[in-house]
This record gives sequence, structure tokens and C-alpha cells, in this order.
Amino acid sequence: MTTETVNPAGTTQARTLPVTDLSLVVLVGATGSGKSTFARRHFKPTEIVSSDFCRGLVADDENDQSASKDAFDVLHYIVGKRLAAGRLAVVDATNVQQEARRQLVQLARSYDVLPIAIVLDLPEEVCRGRNAARPDRADMPAHVIQRHRRELRRSLRGLEREGFRKVHVLKSVEEVEAAQVVLERRFNDLRHLTGPFDIIGDIHGCRSELETLLAKLGYVDGHHPEGRTAVFVGDLVDRGPDSPGVLRRVMAMVAAGDALCVPGNHENKLGRWLKGRKVQETHGLAETIEQLGHESEEFRAEVGRFIEGLVSHYVLDGGNLVVCHAGLPEKYHGRTSGRVRSHALYGDTTGETDEFGLPVRYPWAEEYRGRATVVYGHTPVPNTSWINNTLCLDTGAVFGGKMTALRWPERELVDVPAERVWYEPARPLATEAPGGHQGRPLDLADVHGRRIVETRHLGNVAVREENAAAALEVMSRFAVDPRLLTYLPPTMAPTATSKEAGYLEHPAEAFAQYRADGVERVVCEEKHMGSRAVALVCRDADAARERFGVDAEGATGALHTRTGRPFFDDPAVTEQVLARLRTAIGAAGLWDELDTDWLLLDGELMPWSLKSAGLLRAQYAAVGAASGAVFPGAISALEQAVARGVEGIDGLLAKQRERAVDAAAFTEAYRRYCWPTEGLEGVRFAPFQLLGAHGRSLAAVPHDEQLAWLDRLVEHDPTGLLQVTRRLVVDTGDEASVRAGVDWWLDMTGAGGEGMVVKPLAALVRDGKGRLGQPGVKVRGREYLRIIYGPEYTRPENLERLRQRFLGHKRSLALREYALGLEALDRLAEGEPLWRVHEAVFAVLALESEPVDPRL
Amino acid sequence: MFLTISTTGNPERPATDLGFLLHKHPERAQTFSTSHGTAHVLYPEASAERCTAALLLEVDPVALVRRGKGKGRGGAPDSALAQYVNDRPYAASSLLAVALAKVFKTALHGVCQAMPERAAAALPLRIEVPALPARGGAELVRKLFGPLGWDTVDAEPVALDGQFPEWGASRYVRLVLEGELRLADALNHLYVLLPVLDDAKHYWVAPDEVDKLLRAGDGWLAGHPERTLITARYLSRRWGLTREAGERLELVRLAEAEGLDVDDVDNAVDESTDTEERPVPLAEQRRAAILAALERAEASRVLDLGCGQGQLVQALLKDTRFTEVVGVDVSVRALTVAARRLRLERMGERQAARVKLMQGSLAYTDKRLTGYDAAVLSEVIEHLDLSRLPALEYAVFGSARPRTVLVTTPNVEYNVRWESLPAGHVRHSDHRFEWTREEFRSWAASVAERYGYGVGFTPVGPDDPEVGPPTQMAVFTRAQDQAQDQAQAQNQNQAQNQAQNQNQAQNQTPIAAKEEQA
Repeated sequence: MTTETVNPAGTTQARTLPVTDLSLVVLVGATGSGKSTFARRHFKPTEIVSSDFCRGLVADDENDQSASKDAFDVLHYIVGKRLAAGRLAVVDATNVQQEARRQLVQLARSYDVLPIAIVLDLPEEVCRGRNAARPDRADMPAHVIQRHRRELRRSLRGLEREGFRKVHVLKSVEEVEAAQVVLERRFNDLRHLTGPFDIIGDIHGCRSELETLLAKLGYVDGHHPEGRTAVFVGDLVDRGPDSPGVLRRVMAMVAAGDALCVPGNHENKLGRWLKGRKVQETHGLAETIEQLGHESEEFRAEVGRFIEGLVSHYVLDGGNLVVCHAGLPEKYHGRTSGRVRSHALYGDTTGETDEFGLPVRYPWAEEYRGRATVVYGHTPVPNTSWINNTLCLDTGAVFGGKMTALRWPERELVDVPAERVWYEPARPLATEAPGGHQGRPLDLADVHGRRIVETRHLGNVAVREENAAAALEVMSRFAVDPRLLTYLPPTMAPTATSKEAGYLEHPAEAFAQYRADGVERVVCEEKHMGSRAVALVCRDADAARERFGVDAEGATGALHTRTGRPFFDDPAVTEQVLARLRTAIGAAGLWDELDTDWLLLDGELMPWSLKSAGLLRAQYAAVGAASGAVFPGAISALEQAVARGVEGIDGLLAKQRERAVDAAAFTEAYRRYCWPTEGLEGVRFAPFQLLGAHGRSLAAVPHDEQLAWLDRLVEHDPTGLLQVTRRLVVDTGDEASVRAGVDWWLDMTGAGGEGMVVKPLAALVRDGKGRLGQPGVKVRGREYLRIIYGPEYTRPENLERLRQRFLGHKRSLALREYALGLEALDRLAEGEPLWRVHEAVFAVLALESEPVDPRL
Repeated sequence: MFLTISTTGNPERPATDLGFLLHKHPERAQTFSTSHGTAHVLYPEASAERCTAALLLEVDPVALVRRGKGKGRGGAPDSALAQYVNDRPYAASSLLAVALAKVFKTALHGVCQAMPERAAAALPLRIEVPALPARGGAELVRKLFGPLGWDTVDAEPVALDGQFPEWGASRYVRLVLEGELRLADALNHLYVLLPVLDDAKHYWVAPDEVDKLLRAGDGWLAGHPERTLITARYLSRRWGLTREAGERLELVRLAEAEGLDVDDVDNAVDESTDTEERPVPLAEQRRAAILAALERAEASRVLDLGCGQGQLVQALLKDTRFTEVVGVDVSVRALTVAARRLRLERMGERQAARVKLMQGSLAYTDKRLTGYDAAVLSEVIEHLDLSRLPALEYAVFGSARPRTVLVTTPNVEYNVRWESLPAGHVRHSDHRFEWTREEFRSWAASVAERYGYGVGFTPVGPDDPEVGPPTQMAVFTRAQDQAQDQAQAQNQNQAQNQAQNQNQAQNQTPIAAKEEQA
């Protein structure tokens, strides 16, 4: 489209210049023609990229022509970044040479936006006059302007052929003055339409099934009484019995505003046939041609116009929904180019053909990571399934399958069966997208390198590159199947360091801290000393397959450690534990109460010696053995020397005796957490939180409710596997209650307990400033801490030094991991794609390799 | 940490002479400060008949950890956690050896001005170390002290925890040495062998450690049958230093044998000793087999998936037909070692352009890996749990889809031929599985079928008639290319016009199908 104003005798008239809202606007004009002024008047300063400015950037001189090449590199780079981000860009350069424009058209195409030219074709004397007024251009030779004008005139006619989709030419100062740039929405941009929609899959001439489906969706003669809009994903025609009937229905609905329609490849081909082009009458086109033969010439012409006017894809509902025929990667959403149209119509292929001679489709949906939901058709599948927020609605009605619609935003599927096999498929309907069976593979780009994970509760959480690298190794070499790894527990900060004599940690600080944060009621829960274990329990193997997509022989869930490793090497043992949990969940009635067929539990698996036998022997027992071997001899040598009358070693002897006592206490401390097991005999699991169930994260359920569920589980476990968690609710503002809490802790740790965790009763809390609060702090027992800080940590001189510990980093880490854990659970509950859940889970693992004092 | 040194005597040669030899008065307790704590020397008994000197080193555990900070940060939390829980305050380690050398410095050098003849003579000695960490157990303790002239070397394992007998013995032994030796020799044995048995040093091993070792080992180390182990462990396995020590000790041994001075035999080492034919290691045979297979596949851009420390990458770079070699591993540490091995930072630009090392994981698809001629998975799959293997299959055969894929893995049937491998054990502790030839072939066939590849098998190493080769290799070729190769071969044999017809026919179907099918 070229617009020129017929402008008789110098009269000016207002003139609108339509510009597509996402496009590359190329200003064309000789030096001095007023491009920069024009750009400033009609576009935002940030939208304009000028070659002069770029020359200045690279050469400190806006008029240094020798820097042009580098300057244009910079210009193209900036423009590319803007277009990639979906922003309009205006190039302010002379652009009078075809080569310069060719590069810009190329650039626009590579970002799938329209190139638009605005030409300022002003007389030479105007240009000369303006340049003369500018000190930096005053001595510009006249022939430069003349050359520019010459090149410009030569170019004018060919601009559309060069690829500019709109060309506006302004021929006088007055025209330039009177011009008004008007931004136009792209045809595919229907974000303002919010539906509700009923998106209908491939029809292929199955008129009768279409009518049944429309009726089932509530349409009466093509109109929905509640004002819903049907959206057809294309392939209305070919193969089936009544393509004209389908066209008539759809065209009427579109015309009446009751429907939108995008073209399928079959419409495209039919359109070319209607225009008289030569096409192969294969894949069911012959049937359509035959059927159209019975229609009027007028109808055929109407069909031709209808097809001609179809837009390759639509972006709907505020950008949340994209509908097209064959699927569309995110970078093409809302874009306009030949290849966007081609992908929307035909999809992508790998370039290979399968054993039926048909092209192998490229699994674009598996790589899809976009925010918008993409609903499409084109590839017949027996059943629809969500892959990474995309859904294919072609369920092969014409091949005897069914016709399917998606209600949006309800995300409900509605389908009707085919009345018969109308057409034999060239290859059997694939039950499996490539790689689908392998679990909708995760892509390295989802986890690798420095990443920002958006969380609902704590905003953006950054993952450093080196931490992601460390997590990648653990995740790849040791973790359970990522489909079953839906959560990793966050680390927990200890309470502030105590000043109480003989103690490093004491509950008083924990209560005081929560009180200061405005948390009135906290629950103290016994801290079990074993190994952290997360259990994903499905009701049966079918539920595991259905919800989590795993197909390992009889797998019904997972039991993994805090770094995602399988808890037991033998899957059979895992299944035994899961079976016991499943029985308890069933007997307690939780499947029905929570309306779920899977549950995610966080807990502690004991004894400690079960999982940490290696560490125990190599480190803890070894220290006990060495100290046990060395002190008797050393003390006896000292005693002999004292008895002989050697002076000045009484103190040394006393100290060695104390050290021996400390070492013995250390040995006692670790022994309490070890006992022999035989199979599951002797194994205990103490669940302390239900994390998630179908469609619901349970992480924010208050702890009294949580504990009531858990008590029921323990009650209904006949096998002795489950162990109750003792607890006490404390009112942080009540002195007596706080004292009771302290005494409870002293009793429990005095009897060898590890300690306790103090949690806000309400589970998820925010402090006075609205910041996410710590989900819990641990208060570890005095004897237990020997295992952490060494046998002799209680000696006053050691304790004094150990009190110099810094909790800031640990607290921040605990909070970030907590937010990521919550995020993983929320994403899981909302049925988000695997990669989104995995992203958050992976980030927890990555943060765990941040260097922080491991004793905290 | 604690040890005692006892001797016996009689009124003529009283045992209390030990005090002179050690330069520590038997009637006084003395205290010395060392860099990691306080050393005390005292005598629980001191009579003409029996005299015992005790060395007690009190280590400050908190200071030990605080000083260790900065090193090993970001390492595994467990091993870091273990820092405060540490056997160093109790076990006889390099800390005790250093304290020994400091407190008994003159005695260690065999110097005693008061009674030089006693220092030069052998004494009846009894040395007791109640908690000696011994990697290698009591057996190694006997092997190390046995050849040194002790009458008895008694090493009794200490139980890990009496309450849990099933845990077995700890790595500590209670060591008692008895025999007639020079005191200085005995002290030097302890000074060298305590850290060797512990197999750890609390300080960074610097090049001057070689001098220290040779000085302390003077007269006994060069001819010791476990010389290699002693030098390697003493020098914390820093191979450059170990080699240097080994060479110098070899000179000492030669000189002693010939009755010459060390300098006279220098440069006289016979280089031919190293040129005798040795069996080619399996790893080398594997690389050769892989190179040959890549050559047959006419691959020039090659992925080494699971490149480890880069041995194969290095071999590929030596062959200019490989224009691009990409090493991928999930371990950043391995990649660092590989980069060092390849001298990546000092490589010329042209060479460097041929090679790339990057972290990646075969549990994920990775766009960076598409478009290569060949991918090698050499001894990789067996490091994955079987249940995670399908993800690797998709990442390699479904997503990266190189024209050729080479997979090598151990043949478990061959394990019976490894003399050093106990029955039923895998070859590497991280091997999650090892397959028979039958298992490997059926896996490879099913992968090939699923992803449209053809597959053939090649033995690597000696092909035992009964149990097959030690390593098995599968060569996968993308089916389309296979078909093309066949078609090309056919075409060459046919008349040209026929071939053209065939090509046209072949080309038409996909184009038509691509556009219309839905």
C-alpha cells in the first residue's frame, strides 16, 4: 500500500499515516529533510534509533562517515533488541540506498514484524536551508544532498517490492506538517476479547458431529444465549461428508460475530484452488471440490473471500490465549511474517519422513515455555493432553475418533464421538508425541546458568550460575525421576544464639523473636533425629501414571531425601513404605476428605543410622573410638606421674578427665539416634506436614489442622511405621506459657531428644512490614549439639568463641528456599507444566550449594 | 593424642638415660606450644629399670576449624560439618608427628652431647601409640614397620563402637613396637609413618617436603619395599613431588649398591627400563576403537558426551579430520581437569576454535547439541540409574539426533576374567548396572527402533570366545542416512538416467506430503 496525497496547488489537508503497532518504521529522506524532527514529533524518544546517535556512540562524532559501518552494526543491534521484545522501532537514517533498506527489511523479517517506510521527499533547497542552519552541517557540500535526492527518486517506485508493507510518501513541507501517525492494532491482536470462548478442533467436513458438538456446548443455531464465542482452529474442510455445510455454518457464525476462525492448511489449499491455482487434489480435497460442485458460483466466491480474509492466528484474552491451527512457539505470538503464517498453518517438521512417507513433526510443544496457553489442532491424536501449557484439539473426528472443544477460561473439555469412520487415516493416530512417553523432556535451558525464579510469596529469587551447575550434577546423577520430584524441603535457620550459661541455643530467643515479629501463637514440635524424607504417595499405580506420567513397573510414588536422592536403593523397599503410608491414608479417610488420589508428605525417617551409616562410621563413631582408645592410657600416665610426685600437672590431669567425660557424652549423644533395623523392622517415619494434594497446596494450612490430620494417620497405621510428633502450643506474649515451653524443651532434650522446631501456628505468616516470616526455627538440645560442634563445645572457652556465629545468611537462605518450595507446590497444584515445577525444585537444590555455615 | 616411649635398663646403664637422649628431664613435666595446640612431655615412670616418656598433644578443636576456614568452602556440607566433629584431638596424625619433631628435635637428629655413644647405640625400646589412624589397617601397619628392625609390631584394631559390634573395626589401631633400635631411628620412623598411615596432612605439601622426607628416611626409606606407597602418601599424592622423591631415592639405592656417592651415579639411570612392552590399557583400546568407528562414519564434528577428564577429546584433537570436538560433562570439576589437560588457556586460536568444553546433562534436552555428525557416549550409560535411561535416550537419539552415535559400556560377562575383581562386584563403585552382551544388544535394538536408527556392534579389547570382550560398543546410524547411503551405493551401480528418475521419484513424495498432510 502506497499512500500519496493528491495535493493541488499547495493546499494542505490533514493526512493520517497508519502504522502497525509492532513494526519497524524506516524513515527515508535526504540529509536535511527533517527526519529527526518528524520522528520526534510522532514517536516516543525511546522508539527512535538514529544513525547519527550511533555514530556518536562509536566515534565521538555524529558526522564521522568513516564510522558508518560500526554505527549501523550498533543501530541494527539496538533495533533487534527492541523488536525481539515486541516494541516498535523507528530508524532515523537517510536510508536512500537500497542496500541500507534491504538490511532493515531483513531485520524486520528476522523478528517477524512488518517493515514500514515513511518517505520525506522534500525539495533540495529545503534540505540545503536546514543543513545551513546547523553549525555541524553548515559546510556540507551541496552535491551530497543532490546525490541523496537522486538515489531517493530512483528508489521510490520499488519500495513495496523491496518488502515494505506500508509506504507513506510526503512530498512537501506542508504535507509533513499535516501528517498524523496513527497506530493500528495488528489483525491477530484480539487481546481485548475476553470470551468466554469455546475452541473447536479440526472438523474436516463432519457437519453432523459439528452440529452435535455445538448443541452440546449450548449453541442454538450458531448463537450462544450466554454470549460465548466459538473459535475454530481450522481444517473445516476436506475428507468428510459435508464440507460446504460446515463452511456455511462457520461463515455465518463468523459474520454474525458469534465465532472467530483461523485457517488450517486445508483451507489454504482450497483457497488456492478457488483462485484457479493448480494444486494436487489429494488428502481429501477432491471430495470437497466434488461437494462444492453442487453449490452455487456465488457461494464458492463467498468461500474464497472468507478464506482470503482469515488471519493466521489470534492472541486473545489479555494475551493469555493463543489459537492457531498447527501450534505456534512463543516468539511468533502476535507477530506478522510469512514464516509465522507458515508455522501457524503447517507446524514445524524435522525434515524427515516416517515409514508412511509423511513428514515427521517437530515437537515444538515440548519446547514451549511461554506464558500464554496455545490451543491448536492439525495433528490427530486419540486423546487430548496438556503439554507445557499447550493443547491439541484434533481428536480425529473424520478418522472415526471424536470432535473436541475446550471451554475457556474454564479449561473444560467437551467432546462428541464420530458417527463413523469417514476417511481412513494414512497412518494410525499416534498415541504418543515424540518424547511424550519419556516424560515431556525437560530442557537444559530451563535450569542452566544464572536464573531468576518468580515466586508468589517472595518475588524474584535469583539462582547463581555456579550453584545451578552444582545442582545440575546432583540432579542428573543421583535424583529420582524429576516427574516424581515435586518438592524439596527448605533449610531451616536455628534460633538466635543464646547467652545462657552452658547453652548455645535456647527456646527463649525463639519465642522472643516470633513475638517481636507479631506472631502470637507458635507451636513447638518435637524435632526427630533421623533423615529428612519427602514421600509422594499415590493411591495406586494408575494414579501415579495418570497424574505424574511415570510408567516404571508398578511405581506408586517416591520417597526421597532432601537432595532428591531415592531414600532406599531398592525400589521394592520404597514401595513397601509407600504401601504402609497408603494404607494409613486410606484408613484415615484422607483420600476422600482431601478429594485426591495422591498426597505429598514431609517428615523424618529414623533411625539416623539407616541413611547416614557411612557418615556415622567414618566421622562420629570414629571420633568416639579414637577418644575411647586414647584417654585411658593418657590419664593413667598422668596419674602415675602425679603419684611419682611430678609437679605442676594436676591441672592437666583434671582437664584430661573432663575431656574424657565430654568424649563419652558425645558417644552417648550419637548412640541415641542409632538402632539396628531389619527390612522395615525398626524403621520409623514421623510425618510433620502434608504438603500437597490434588489441586491444592497444603503448605499454608495451620499447624493445628495439620497435626490433627497427621495424628489420624499415625492412629490408622497398624504397622508401627508412623510415629507421632509431640507438640506444645505456646502463647509468645504469656510469660507462663513461654516458661512452659522452655521447660518442655528442657525435659525433652534432657531425656536425649534432638530438640524442637518452633513454628507459627498459622503456618504461613508475614511480619509487621508484610515480609514473609520464617516458617520455623530450630532449637537444638545441648547434648545433641555435641554432634554438630564437637565433643568439647560446652567448655566455656569454646562456647564463648562459638557464640560468634552469624545467622543472617542462613535466615535469608531459609526464607528463599521456603518461598521456592511453596512455589513448587503452588505450581504443582495448579497443574502447571513439569518444567515450571522442576524449575522451582531445582532452584531449592541450587540454593543448597550456597556456601553457608553447615552447622547452622 | 598421645604416645609413650619406654626403655629398660640396669644400674650400669640406667633406663633414665632416656631423659638425656630426649633432652627432657624425667622429673619435670614440660610444656611446649605448637602451631595447633600445646604439647606436654612427662614421665609416668622413671627408674633405672624402666623409664617411660609420654608425649601428650592437646589440640584446640575450635581453633583448628576456624583456621581451616576458607579452604573447602562450598564443599559437601557433610564433610564440612565433620570439621568440628573431628578425630584430630585424639588420633595420632601429622599434628602429632609435627609436635614430635619439634619437641624431640635433637633426639630425632641423633644428637646427644651428654652421651653421644648412647645416642649412637641401639636401645631396648617400646613405643605405644594407643589411637593410630591406619588407612590400610593393621596389615599395612605391619608391612610398614616390619622391615625396619622391630622385633614385634603389634597392631590391634580398635572397635568402632562396642555397643554396635556389627559396625566392625574403626580405622584406628593400638600400635605397640618393641625392639632394639637407635632412638633417633625410632623417632624418624614415627615422624614419617604416622602421617603416611593416616594418609592425610594438616598442612599444604610444599616442594621442600621432599627434602624433609629424604632426611627423615635416611638409611631406611630407599630400600623399603613399600617405598612407593610411603612417598606417595607422605607427599599427599602430589605426583610431581612423588616422582622427584622416587628418582632421588632410586639414585640413593643405586649408589648404596655400588658403594658410590650419589652424585657419581646421577645421569646413569637406564632409560630402557621404561621401554619394555606393556599391555595396552583397555581405556586406550577403547579410544582407538572409537576413533576407528568415527573414521568409518566419516564424522568430522563430534560430541563427546560425558567427556570426563577429556582423554578422548585430547585424542580426537590430534586428528585433523575432526574439525570440531565438543566435550560435555555434568561435572564442572571434571571439565576443569579436562581444560587443564588440554591446556585450553594456552592453546593457539586455530586449535582452540576446534574444541569446546561445556557443562551439560543428558537428563535434559539441550539445543546446543543438535546438528553434529556423531556423538560418543563412552562408559557413560552405566553411571545412570536404569529408570533415568529413557531421558538420556530421548536427549541423545530424539533431540540431539546426530548421524552416528557410539555407545560403549562394560560387558559384565567379562568380569570373571578380571583377577582383581571380587565375584559379583561391578568395576566402578558408581556403576548402577553392568550388562551382558545380550542385555546391551536388546537395549540398543529397542532404542534404534524407537528413534529410527540402525545399529551394529563391535567388540573392544580381546574378544574372549566364552565371555566376549571386556567392553562392548554399539554403533548407531540414523536410518535416513543409512537409506541414503544405500541409495547412493545403488545409484552408482545403475545407469545415470535411471538414477535420476529414482531421485526425482524420491524427492517428490516428501515435498507433497509435507505441505498437505494433516
